[in-house]
Amino acid sequence: MSRKELISKVGLRLDGRRADELRRIRCKLGVFSEPDGSAYIEQGLTKVLAAVYGPHQVRGNRLKAQADAVIINCQFSMAVFSTSERKKRPRGDRKSTELSLHLRQALIAAIEVEKYPWSQIDVYVEVLHADGGIFPACVNAATLALIDAGIPIKEYVCACTASIANNNQAMVDISHEEEILGGPTLTIVALPMSEKIVLMEMSQRFHLDHLKSVLEKALEGCKNTKNILDQAVQNHIVDVGASTGWASTGEKVKR
Amino acid sequence: MHTTKIFIKKNKIGNYLKHAREHYIRDDIYCGFESCDKCTRATSNLSSKHVNKCNLLKNNHYLILDTNVILDQIDVLDENVIGNVIILNTVLKEVKHRNMPIYKRLISIIENPSRHFYIFVNDFNKGTYLKQELTELINDYNDRCIRKACSWYIEHIPDETFVLLTEDKNNRAIAQQEDIPAYSIVEYVQNLTANENLIDKLAKKEFQEKFNAADIFPPHLTIVEIDKGIKDGRLHQGTFRASRDNFLEGSVNIQSFEEDVILRGYSNLNRVIDGDVVAIEVFQKDQWVSPSELVLEDDTVNALDDNLERKELEISKQRTSKKNIKPTGRVVGIIKRKWRQYCGILQEGSAAVYHLFLPADRKIPKIRIETRQAETLKTQKIIVAIDSWPRNSRYPNGHFVRALGKIGDMKTENEVILLEHDVPHSQFSEEVLSCLPKLPWLITEEDEKVRVDLRGIDICSVDPPGCTDIDDALHCRPISDDKLEVGVHIADVSHFIRPYTALDTEAASRSTTVYLVNKRIDMVPDLLSSNLCSLRGGEERFAFSCIWEMDHNANILNTKFHKSIIKSKRAMTYEEAQLTIDDKTQTGSLAESLRNLNKLAKFLKKRRMDNGALVLASPEVKIMMDSETHDPIDVEVKKLFETNSMVEEFMLLANISVAEKILNDFPDCAVLRRHPEPPALNLEPLVKAGKHLGFEINIESGKKLAESLDQATRDDNPYLNTMLRILATRCMLQAVYFASGTFQKHEFFHYGLAVPLYTHFTSPIRRYADILVHRLLAVSCGADATYPDLMEKKKTAELCQNMNYRHRMAQYAGRASVALNTHLFFRGKIQDEKGYILYVRKNALQVLIPKYGLESTLYLGKKDEKLDIFTYNEEDQTQRCADVVFHAFDPVTIRLSMDSKNIQHEKFVLQLVFPVIEGFSVPPLEDVEMPEPEIPHKKRKK
Ligand SMILES: [Zn+2]
Repeated sequence: MSRKELISKVGLRLDGRRADELRRIRCKLGVFSEPDGSAYIEQGLTKVLAAVYGPHQVRGNRLKAQADAVIINCQFSMAVFSTSERKKRPRGDRKSTELSLHLRQALIAAIEVEKYPWSQIDVYVEVLHADGGIFPACVNAATLALIDAGIPIKEYVCACTASIANNNQAMVDISHEEEILGGPTLTIVALPMSEKIVLMEMSQRFHLDHLKSVLEKALEGCKNTKNILDQAVQNHIVDVGASTGWASTGEKVKR
Repeated sequence: MHTTKIFIKKNKIGNYLKHAREHYIRDDIYCGFESCDKCTRATSNLSSKHVNKCNLLKNNHYLILDTNVILDQIDVLDENVIGNVIILNTVLKEVKHRNMPIYKRLISIIENPSRHFYIFVNDFNKGTYLKQELTELINDYNDRCIRKACSWYIEHIPDETFVLLTEDKNNRAIAQQEDIPAYSIVEYVQNLTANENLIDKLAKKEFQEKFNAADIFPPHLTIVEIDKGIKDGRLHQGTFRASRDNFLEGSVNIQSFEEDVILRGYSNLNRVIDGDVVAIEVFQKDQWVSPSELVLEDDTVNALDDNLERKELEISKQRTSKKNIKPTGRVVGIIKRKWRQYCGILQEGSAAVYHLFLPADRKIPKIRIETRQAETLKTQKIIVAIDSWPRNSRYPNGHFVRALGKIGDMKTENEVILLEHDVPHSQFSEEVLSCLPKLPWLITEEDEKVRVDLRGIDICSVDPPGCTDIDDALHCRPISDDKLEVGVHIADVSHFIRPYTALDTEAASRSTTVYLVNKRIDMVPDLLSSNLCSLRGGEERFAFSCIWEMDHNANILNTKFHKSIIKSKRAMTYEEAQLTIDDKTQTGSLAESLRNLNKLAKFLKKRRMDNGALVLASPEVKIMMDSETHDPIDVEVKKLFETNSMVEEFMLLANISVAEKILNDFPDCAVLRRHPEPPALNLEPLVKAGKHLGFEINIESGKKLAESLDQATRDDNPYLNTMLRILATRCMLQAVYFASGTFQKHEFFHYGLAVPLYTHFTSPIRRYADILVHRLLAVSCGADATYPDLMEKKKTAELCQNMNYRHRMAQYAGRASVALNTHLFFRGKIQDEKGYILYVRKNALQVLIPKYGLESTLYLGKKDEKLDIFTYNEEDQTQRCADVVFHAFDPVTIRLSMDSKNIQHEKFVLQLVFPVIEGFSVPPLEDVEMPEPEIPHKKRKK
């Protein structure tokens, strides 16, 4: 019953992390000038770009417009070179459509939708390189891009994965290698500050005995991710501020 | 939180795909030294209290090992002498990759705190990580990493000495250039103070003295050549099975031949050992031979004698009868060695340091070892491992691993039985024990909510005396005038053993509890097997219940399954239960329910028999032990009561009901038990034996067979029927576990029980199959959650395979233990006993002595030749001497004694007492009261 040992005798994972450590996150806001907001994120080797347009008037079928809430339109795609085997279709396949829907659901939970009736926000995410946990990276990138676009959100919406190693140890932020060798993966999208879970998905069924610990790990991962994103946003504000003459105050924030 | 600083990408090219993987280099890895103030502390077993003393070095020192040292010399590392060893992660990973069993042994050494081993994760440590060069071979890279770690330690802890042990000359030379002290393990061990016994344990690739001896075996082909040969169809792959009786003969089963291919003679066998997977070449038909009936033992005693010719001659002398020739061939290469460690003894007669080791398993050749402690080892059972078998050596080279204890000692012999039958019997590890519930174990309100409370019902268990792992209990109560409620309650083991825990993995690996005569090797730790899971009288326990509504004729009206809490009123023995039933003055509810159960069981049994279930027999004996000395004091046949059958019927019924339920709910992954119908060929001896006695044994179907067995009785020989059944039992195939998705529906049939579906549900404490069945049933009735492996038929099939293997081995081990104790009991005794002839052979009679459940051979003359006073009639299967004729199943009186000349293979010696044959039989012992046996020597009409 034992699958491959994903945490070694000394408590390290295949890439050298401990069970509760996230991969390195690097991110940047405002990477494009064309969209209203944009962000780039690296979680380990998974790299995602996000762009946000809007809010703007509802395009296309005007009948879709809603009186009480903004329409959120999400599109997920993967670059053809993002996986080790070249992808044939970057978007529009079943998986992309499903992830687009999930992303929309995640963002609706964070955006103050009632602020922009009769309008629309478009969110584009593109995976440049996939190495496990692509959906969480997309959610995190989209959050940053929304912030860059200045769209009011209730709080950060963050996502993270978790799984079970060696049949009984929960571990967080699953890399592609671990996804392949290991057991089922749990993905959650959460509002970490209010500890609300927005979305939860399992690649396979978990044994009930393990679900609680895996869920806790994933939630903890979301909180840690939020702290890192928060830091990135603050740094970004300082940088932007510096270029617009708030330099002195910016310095203070930095210290 | 996240202390990762540097980040290096590793690229792996394969199949034209580029994979990138992350590799986090850490700065928080502990060096393992308590004295260090540079590192973050963690746990480490290294200790300044342990001192390694070696003449090569002035001071105490710490050892860093290369992979080859661990792979070749794990037996040396097993010894307590060597401690304070740093195992680099690079090395650990390589060992794991190259040899899993050695890896497991290494881990258990590392986990033992008194050995002071420490794993240093050099490949993730900032100071010791190295990047692999593009053109660098993996071996060179690993060597470089190992040396880097050595120099790092030398610099990191300047006060201590670090020594690299490696078998690789090249690596040693470079290390010395880099100022790292480096030695080979042989050098190191030879210079250890107090090394005496350790030297013996060094693996021998080559014995020095024999370096320039001429080759006596042909070379083996390389793997590439073998692959090519197999593709061309010139060579065949198969597993080698050595002959038990002739050490120069064996056979290989290959797919393209219906019959096994015979291999004979030294050079054709070409250094193959039982179990090895080999490539063979099959000879032209004119060179084929028939299997020899010869018993040939390797009687060489000189360890350095490499002369093969003498024995070869003997075997070539044997004339081949043209009639019975079989495909014959020779070994040209070894595909996979299946060497294990062997139990056995040192052979007397060798001088100096080279000795021959005599394995207990007759199929394994003698092994040459080097030891300086032969005097002590001669009285011991020892374990030896094979290291190599070079072309110039008549014997494989091996080394002494450890001594098990004194020859003939009960503890030693039990150990030998367990080892030789591959029974996992080490203590449960800490990790496994940590999965057990904490005491005191209490039933919570939660438990009460999800379980049916049956504590008020009069439940009892019926088992053999002294049983402490009680896994079943029963009840029966009337629920209306014409209806009874019957319950079978099975210990809820799956409540305690959760999937994906170390406990579960261990139980799955063991698969069964093994019963030796005076020792039980549990499948699950004692706390569960004898306490929390055992349905002891008067204690509240969790159970999985199977409840039927029945009418008074034992027709099932309704079946349900649920988890429950029970409180057994009493744990009874079969005898007590029988007395309770028979004692009419007892009218309590327990007695009443036992009577009802007994009544119902009779209906059930009748119905089963009518369907054609076979009643088989095998003489089961019970060995009475002296409670003080643990020596066997008597051997007797097990007594059976009506209540044995009563309990059995309800267990069968529960198993059948559960099998139907789980197959219905899980058509693909239900764990079931099938018993295939034996092919007609197997049953031939039975049919023949019947024919000679004048009975027609019909083997058309199980039902027909059962009927004809029932009719085969004769008033003048009441034991005859039992004998036939014993014979029938031996013709049967083994029943096996399987996953329902891996067989066709019609193959599910259980031949012996004559039921279409069967499984094991009733003994989860001692069988892993039952745990799986419990889990399936729990999912089925919503009492527990499922998990992915349970639903995967491939996983289930793998588990079944292991369970079947362990089961078989447990049976063999049990029998070996009974045989051992019977031998011990008979040592030095001479007795006349009544027996029955089981088979008539060309030069012997196979005799069964029911009193001891013992079967042995009465030779009609010396081993290979036959006294000419006997005439063998192959047609009738009789032996005749004047007017005495021996038929199969005839009663005889036999003198039993023990031949202990060969201490590893003691055997019974039988002599005929009655019927009297002038010049052959012996007079009866005077002090034995001789029952007058039925007269066998009157010629019977057919
Ligand atoms: Zn240190």
